[in-house]
Amino acid sequence: MDISEKLKILADSAKYDAACTSSGVDRAGGHSDGIGSAAKCGICHSFASDGRCISLLKILMTNFCMFDCKYCVNRHSNDVPRARFTPSEIADLTINFYRRNYIEGLFLSSGIIQSPDYTCEQMIETLTILRVQYKFGGYIHAKAIPGADPELINRLGVLADRISVNIELPSQKSLNRLAPDKSKTSILLPMGHITQKIKQNSYEIVKYKSAPKFAPAGQSTQMIIGATPDSDFQILRLSEAMYQKYSLKRVFYSAYVPVGDQKLLPPAGTKPPLLREHRLYQADWLLRFYGFKAEEILDEQHQDFNPLLDPKCNWAIHHPEIFPVEINKAPYETLLRVPGIGVKSAQRIIVARRQSKLDYNDLRKLGVVMKRAVYFILCLGKRAEGLVVTEAGIMRQLMSASVVKELEQNGYSGEQLSFFDTEKAVPTLEDTVKCLTGEM
Amino acid sequence: MSDGRNVIYCYDGTFDGLMCCVFESFEQREIPSEISIGEPCQLSLSDIRFIETIAEKSERVTAAIPKKISWDALDLVRKMFLSCAEDKDLTILIFLHKGFRAGAKIMQMLADDTVNSINKAVFHCTHEAHLLTGFIRFSDYNGYLAAVIEPKNKVIPLLASHFTDRFRNEDFLIYDKTHRMALIYYSHKAEIAENIDFELPPASAEEERYRELWKSFYKTIGIKERFNPRCRMNLMPKRFWANMTEMRDELNIRDESTNRIAEKCLTTIKDNSV
Repeated sequence: MDISEKLKILADSAKYDAACTSSGVDRAGGHSDGIGSAAKCGICHSFASDGRCISLLKILMTNFCMFDCKYCVNRHSNDVPRARFTPSEIADLTINFYRRNYIEGLFLSSGIIQSPDYTCEQMIETLTILRVQYKFGGYIHAKAIPGADPELINRLGVLADRISVNIELPSQKSLNRLAPDKSKTSILLPMGHITQKIKQNSYEIVKYKSAPKFAPAGQSTQMIIGATPDSDFQILRLSEAMYQKYSLKRVFYSAYVPVGDQKLLPPAGTKPPLLREHRLYQADWLLRFYGFKAEEILDEQHQDFNPLLDPKCNWAIHHPEIFPVEINKAPYETLLRVPGIGVKSAQRIIVARRQSKLDYNDLRKLGVVMKRAVYFILCLGKRAEGLVVTEAGIMRQLMSASVVKELEQNGYSGEQLSFFDTEKAVPTLEDTVKCLTGEM
Repeated sequence: MSDGRNVIYCYDGTFDGLMCCVFESFEQREIPSEISIGEPCQLSLSDIRFIETIAEKSERVTAAIPKKISWDALDLVRKMFLSCAEDKDLTILIFLHKGFRAGAKIMQMLADDTVNSINKAVFHCTHEAHLLTGFIRFSDYNGYLAAVIEPKNKVIPLLASHFTDRFRNEDFLIYDKTHRMALIYYSHKAEIAENIDFELPPASAEEERYRELWKSFYKTIGIKERFNPRCRMNLMPKRFWANMTEMRDELNIRDESTNRIAEKCLTTIKDNSV
């Protein structure tokens, strides 16, 4: 089989992995006689037809697999073409793509062949060719193989910038059902091991400057959304625990795309729950950058996201006691809670208001989305001029344009909307809105 | 200070030249109504003053900026100079007037109109440079790498450190077709050349092979159930596509299909009129 054929098969089977980020580590090329560098902010090299960033050459080493996880396209029992790259083929492809600036580096994952240890050793060999022979300084994201010897994971971590173990499904019950070869412990064990290794390594680097860096861009994981009945609240709480207990850099969510007919799974042709995935990312952002806790976003009574409003707007309309806030006085943490104010605009407000009092016009210049923010703020003690506050009006402004369009197509007019209806509307609207794409 | 409504400054288009305009404006205590490179393009009733570029004057201004405002301000002005904003020269001049008056805190006056327009324009410029660190596509010509870009802003100086570090042991060239300038990196030395013309030579068979591999990877990695061309266009504006290996075909397909639609319309109109 030629390289082109292999690349098609092994990229195709890797495409459901959401993580394609190249962020988290700064590494200058300096004077070494190799090639490559890494930028902390990450660099997107292209965007695929689905709008997702392409930063890394994302491939599997092989899509042969011993396991039979029901949700996975590479499961043992699935009848698909199979291929396998040799370590030097992968290294050669990576370098040649990298020199042409197609990519920021390599994302290497693999099906399990022979044994988890053998698979992991093959991956280590690939990364060793890149790092040692080519002196490659670009980004490498490696997937830890569940069940591999911790010593092998350690060697992988020294060669890679980021390591990830996919948690795949949000609960033990779902795992039992769909991934009989994996268990919660078999996933959490390597994850905990990697977390510990990263921590320990950060001490070593302080002590000995030359200590090899272990996964300097940290650890990430991925969950599949919509293949199992787990609620948004369960998922979000799990993410929060991942960030806190395992100090993960990122949790990725992947809307389940049906891969072949399976009794236990949504049937082929079911559209991936993209709106739900989008809401999870929004909530994830609130956890990481906006100081929210999972319980503030959802709770036992409200287990799923409001399809009409993003989680921050939803939180704001349910906390009228906090608003409106005075832009010239409110602390940073409070500014962050205002719909229409993001991390950057909140920082700009803090800087700019030291020099002069801010009015509504100034806020626009600072990048505040006034259409949303205006209902929740005061400037110098005053509401914006001519502001009419009605529930339906606020709802309309807070919803994204595509949600409004979708609603109108389904015969809703703006006047019918109210804060409290939306929760009732959830089940009926879920279907119509869930296929909205992530363009909001 | 006179508002200088009736004077237009003309300079040679160099950064030093612009700094001399700033010098002149302070010396004459006036703000020009316009700053243009070479001759002003429109007939005007205002006086036209040609500002000579004198190294000593420009050095005095560039030395004063970090001293009286801040190093960040000098950096901002240098980046603004690369921007494609229409009135960038006049904005820089007004910014410096305000800056010399306000001192370091000018950088925090984010709600000020001049500061705001500089920040917006500089963001547009540095953001374009950041996008290009990803979107640039090199081709290999016997070991020598070459790429063409068509940016709105003069991003070459902003790209230099990134690519000379990343490809430190390669020889390469990045040609900016819009501004006819190039970053040339040869045996570990970088140089920016201006006023040059360059065309990419035809690709070798080996080069074509990697292009094909990359295109097939690109096509494979998108999930068709999630097809979202609008999102892609927002994140990767179409103006970059012509110079991107994997997107060029897409442009052609699009053009062909629009042509077909146009042809169809024309024939329908013709048929109807007959």
